[in-house]
Amino acid sequence: MEWMVWTLPTAIFFSVIAAILLGMTAWELVSPTVERRGFLPIATTRGDRLFIGLLSAAYIHLAVVGFTDITIWFALGASVLWLLVLMRWG
Amino acid sequence: MTRSVPTTPETVRQQAAESAAKRRKRARSAPIRWRRRTLLGLYLVFVMLPIYWLLNLSFQTNSEILGSFSFWPQNFTLGNYVGIFTDANWYMGYVNSLAYVLMNMLISISVALPAAYAFSRFKFIGDKHLFFWLLTNLMAPPAVFLLPYFQLYYSVGLFDTHIAVALAHCLFNIPLAIWILEGFMSSVPKEVDETAYIDGYSFPRFFVTIFIPMIRSGIGVTLFFLFMFSWVELLLSRTLTATNAQPIASIMTRTSTASGIDWGTLAAAGVLTILPGIVVVYFVRNHIAKGFALGRT
Amino acid sequence: MNKVYNNKAWFLILPMLLLVAFSAIIPLMTVVNYSVQDVFDANTRFFTGTEWFETMLNNPTLQAALLRQFAFSFTILAIQVPLGIGIALLMPKRGWQASAVLILITLPLLIPWNVVGSIWQLFTRGDIGLMGVGIRQLGYAYNITRNPADAWATIILMDVWHWTPLIALLCYSGLRSIPDAYYQAARIDRASKWAVFRYIQLPKLTNVLVIGILLRFMHSFMIYAEPFVLTGGGPGSSTTFLSQSLTTMAIGQQDLGPSAAFSLIYFLIILLVCWVFYTAIMNMQKDNANQGGA
Repeated sequence: MEWMVWTLPTAIFFSVIAAILLGMTAWELVSPTVERRGFLPIATTRGDRLFIGLLSAAYIHLAVVGFTDITIWFALGASVLWLLVLMRWG
Repeated sequence: MTRSVPTTPETVRQQAAESAAKRRKRARSAPIRWRRRTLLGLYLVFVMLPIYWLLNLSFQTNSEILGSFSFWPQNFTLGNYVGIFTDANWYMGYVNSLAYVLMNMLISISVALPAAYAFSRFKFIGDKHLFFWLLTNLMAPPAVFLLPYFQLYYSVGLFDTHIAVALAHCLFNIPLAIWILEGFMSSVPKEVDETAYIDGYSFPRFFVTIFIPMIRSGIGVTLFFLFMFSWVELLLSRTLTATNAQPIASIMTRTSTASGIDWGTLAAAGVLTILPGIVVVYFVRNHIAKGFALGRT
Repeated sequence: MNKVYNNKAWFLILPMLLLVAFSAIIPLMTVVNYSVQDVFDANTRFFTGTEWFETMLNNPTLQAALLRQFAFSFTILAIQVPLGIGIALLMPKRGWQASAVLILITLPLLIPWNVVGSIWQLFTRGDIGLMGVGIRQLGYAYNITRNPADAWATIILMDVWHWTPLIALLCYSGLRSIPDAYYQAARIDRASKWAVFRYIQLPKLTNVLVIGILLRFMHSFMIYAEPFVLTGGGPGSSTTFLSQSLTTMAIGQQDLGPSAAFSLIYFLIILLVCWVFYTAIMNMQKDNANQGGA
């Protein structure tokens, strides 16, 4: 494990991702998802919306970090907000 | 060719129409057929020309290659091939490459078969996302994984072994195998499974004795693809080996030395890397077209 | 096919999942760890946060390599897709000729990628190569180590030689699955060749073509060994594509942090493109199934 050079932030990051995946699985077992159309142009399930949310979050972070001087916490906030909007109305 | 004498007006008309159609077809299709053949022939020449040139150079000595330009070997020599087959460093490269390719084919197909069956027959939580994740591994550039692979296999003590390269190639070969096999399996009607279960077959027995024989052409094509992608890969196999398991592809870089490039040996080694592919493709030639569409057409 | 909902299927997936996870997830996590640190060795490292991402995104060399990569990918797609369809239409349908043509056309796909580079190096050299000498005889000073345009054109030609067979074989298999009845109906209607292509053959090809374009696009993003052997990325950096920039940085200069950050950006681009194509394929299959059911 030593060679994997873990740091606290990345450990937290992967734990959160794992927790989200576990949570989604549990949610799916309790109440299975229904495919539906929201404001996105394609019909999506909960899992699809989560993936779209996470992928766009990655791009939001890259854009903020790479091309602006705004703090990364702003990107994180915006991403979480966007993810919630997507999950609810997407 | 004898024709019965027409007796009714219908048969007369029918025969006249048939012969007219035949004449028209012949008149129209002869030039078209030749144009098709010429175009295809031109493309095949384009495909074969570089390979022919490799073959041509492999039968020449270095002094002939550099000294005179000719379309075929003037002093035909097998010296380059003899050099490769008598030098253990060289021919072990082929043995190493074949060893990890075969290991990879065995590992990939044995874990991909049940997985592909699951994807083709069942719905389960996260199936679509899992399939997509597999696909991303097929698409991921090996360069991205290069650094950690080196560290990973070094830390588990597998560096410079055949199995390390075989496992690393699983990254893209297992997803590929599942993708192809899933297509072939989906074309087997589900009633086959159900009948077998009613007849009292257990799942493992049904899978091995009935299902696998039914999709054997699909398995053949899958093995062909596994061979192909593991055989042609360079970056991972070169990074994960040093001397004991060095693939032929990285041994070939040895032909360029300070005193220049050993063109003859390079060409001969290149020719020898093409041969296994020809053998493999010959076996699956009748199923390959379906395989290229990943079983779904 | 109506699939049964059964979560026990996970047991069939498990062995595969463990193997692929070992090869994919552990390395990916490590890349993420590298990307936020300045690593000298396992014990000497400093946390750098997002610094590497910022540097990499604003690195002009890499931006140029990315643009070059897209230019390359779209050029080869624009050539290979029509050419591949054309060859598939020309290929004989049955008999020994079909087998022979099939084997010959598959040949370039089975050659190790660095050998493809070597073959083209031997073929295009100005002193010993057939093509190199041939073009010089025609009076053009062809030189791939000096002239970027020559190098660029040669790499495109090499890729067309190497990968058009994939598109051709995909289309060929698509064409073979069209029942003869369709062609007979077209003949009765006296449909023109173009109409047959447009309304019978092309619709059948869209499915395989999307797979083909996806595979080609992705593979062109990974292109490494062929240009590395043929031109070494030169002259200058005119044929240095993404994979090669990355490998040079990671292996050549041992810059773990920056190259990891760059890997992740590279991976995100691949992920997005892959997802768009995958969704397109899935929706197309869904539409087909709906039409078939109606």
